[in-house]
Amino acid sequence: MRVLFKTDYNQDIKFAKHGGYTFWYGLLLAAVFIAPFALDTYWINELTRVLIYALAGLGLMVVTGFTGQVSLGHAAFMAIGAYSHAFLLSQGVPFLFSLPIAALTSGVVGLMIAIPASRMTGLYLTIASLAFAIVVEDVIIHWESVTGGNRGMLVDTPILFGYEIFEAWEYYYIVLVLLIMSITLVLNILRSPLGRSMLAVRDSEISAESLGIRVARTKVLAFLISASLTGLAGGLFAHFIQFLSPETFGIILSIQLLLMVVVGGLGTVHGAVYGAILIGFLEASISILKDVLPPAIGNQPGLEPGLFGLILVLFIIFEPEGVYGRWLKFRTFLENFPFYRRNTFKRQRSYLKTERMR
Amino acid sequence: MSFFEIENLSLSFGGVKAVDDVSFAMNEGEVFTIVGPNGAGKSTVFNMISSFYTPDGGQIRFKGEDITEVRADQIARIGIARTFQNIELFEHSTVLQNLLIGREIHSRVPVLRQLIFDPGVRRAELVHRAQVEDVIDFLELAHYRDERIANLPYGVRKKIELGRALCVEPKLLLLDEPASGLNPEETEEMGFWIDDIKNDLGISVLMIEHDMSLVNEVSDRVLALNNGRVIAEGSAQEVQNHPDVVAAYLGGAA
Ligand SMILES: Nc1ncnc2c1ncn2[C@@H]1O[C@H](COP(=O)(O)OP(=O)(O)OP(=O)(O)O)[C@@H](O)[C@H]1O
Ligand SMILES: [Mg+2]
Repeated sequence: MRVLFKTDYNQDIKFAKHGGYTFWYGLLLAAVFIAPFALDTYWINELTRVLIYALAGLGLMVVTGFTGQVSLGHAAFMAIGAYSHAFLLSQGVPFLFSLPIAALTSGVVGLMIAIPASRMTGLYLTIASLAFAIVVEDVIIHWESVTGGNRGMLVDTPILFGYEIFEAWEYYYIVLVLLIMSITLVLNILRSPLGRSMLAVRDSEISAESLGIRVARTKVLAFLISASLTGLAGGLFAHFIQFLSPETFGIILSIQLLLMVVVGGLGTVHGAVYGAILIGFLEASISILKDVLPPAIGNQPGLEPGLFGLILVLFIIFEPEGVYGRWLKFRTFLENFPFYRRNTFKRQRSYLKTERMR
Repeated sequence: MSFFEIENLSLSFGGVKAVDDVSFAMNEGEVFTIVGPNGAGKSTVFNMISSFYTPDGGQIRFKGEDITEVRADQIARIGIARTFQNIELFEHSTVLQNLLIGREIHSRVPVLRQLIFDPGVRRAELVHRAQVEDVIDFLELAHYRDERIANLPYGVRKKIELGRALCVEPKLLLLDEPASGLNPEETEEMGFWIDDIKNDLGISVLMIEHDMSLVNEVSDRVLALNNGRVIAEGSAQEVQNHPDVVAAYLGGAA
């Protein structure tokens, strides 16, 4: 077993808790930075897609994984980010300004949604978020002067310091750097009072309140940050798909995002990244599967959402801690081999919490 | 002026008078205990102090100020912290995180600086960390520091919840049945800690408790409730021998 001897309180604050972290994450970082040299355009694009998903999932993680507010409407924030960015670009706003403005626009919408929504809990909030996503889709369809409505909207090529970004690998690096910056931001939140307030609100609102945490304010901030990150992902996604149309950001995308954070592992940054990798992989496999299956099944319109929904349910039932949780268990197994106890991760008898305040 | 005072407090749920015209006052530095059979209204009194419930009538005063209308998230800032009868910890976080959340009211760094985590934020975090470590030492929790709550046994959780309330650095600590679910050794240990909290940390304690050995050991004064009404007040001995209290516990009408 790995025992950490702590000599300094800074150790609890640092990102790299011990040498192993530095080594493995250093290796991962090196790998993602040299990847474009080893891969062809197709794979660079696939990887870029995964990174964008990870960023969108990171946003959803803030509100669902850390703050415990299940949103089934996060595709709408991607849509707001994507359309605002595309619109601003078309009006001649430079990429470097347009992208953050688009992210913030999405964030502000998230904030405005959160102010009434922060009074709701559980299922009600989820349903409200779903309704919100439908409204956004409708607005996109009808606000033709800005969004092109059902005809869709072409996205300009990004121009950075007067240099047009045409190549897949160039764009990959832009996305990668923004993802790393966003992850750093989220990790900073997690080691700060705000992040802890979020966890507190997620696990017990009444004891959070009794400790002086302003529950509604925490939820609103979580939505602001979450919607900004997912909006940023939307802006990046706009260039990636180059053409925006309302159905791109429908309910299926919202379910996919939720699937990502649940399957990846709720409540961890790892979860968002693992989830994105898994979804990327799943999308690829489903499109292969469609070719293999008889057309009667393969061309069913409900195939993708059906499969996504099924996987979501299976994970919630059998592995609520997600892929990352599964990996932690496996690692503990390896570290303790052959002394692993089956029950290491079994919860202690859980105590019923029905009459919450008594 | 008393340190902490409740005057004619009442609250009904539907037709049930859960708390009915309850008054009492406690002095600074005291351990004041509320006893009474199940459903007597004890926890409801706590929930009104915490502002989770708004009383139908009456007043709650702390250091001379009326705090009846103060918002729930401001109660800790005034200097009142609490534990819950059924343990309300942050289950999926570690012990350390739980205790750090207890430092919330002492954190004043603006959110934007938290996002950047500038050196000032780090310094503030290190100060909180050191404060939390004092509580960890005090309650001997070092062994569990990095464990997630979900993996810990009940007795340890009760200690952590107490520790989290201490991290608030309150003037008044509300403990709702600190010994429930504990074995006799753990209960005895809890008694020592309550004594230390009073004597060494100088925190006044308002406690609800069923376990009479603990009540006798730590209480300066005791109040008995039944059906929402005060039926006796005095020393632990006096209250226990009071005929109405005996009757209430035997199930008779008081
Ligand atoms: N939120 C609520 N809604 C309706 N009735 C309530 C509520 N909270 C408490 N009550 C009722 O108020 C009465 C007092 O409850 P309270 O929890 O204060 O009792 P208690 O003295 O703490 O009992 P115990 O020793 O079992 O914890 C009970 O009859 C209870 O059913
Ligand atoms: Mg009670």
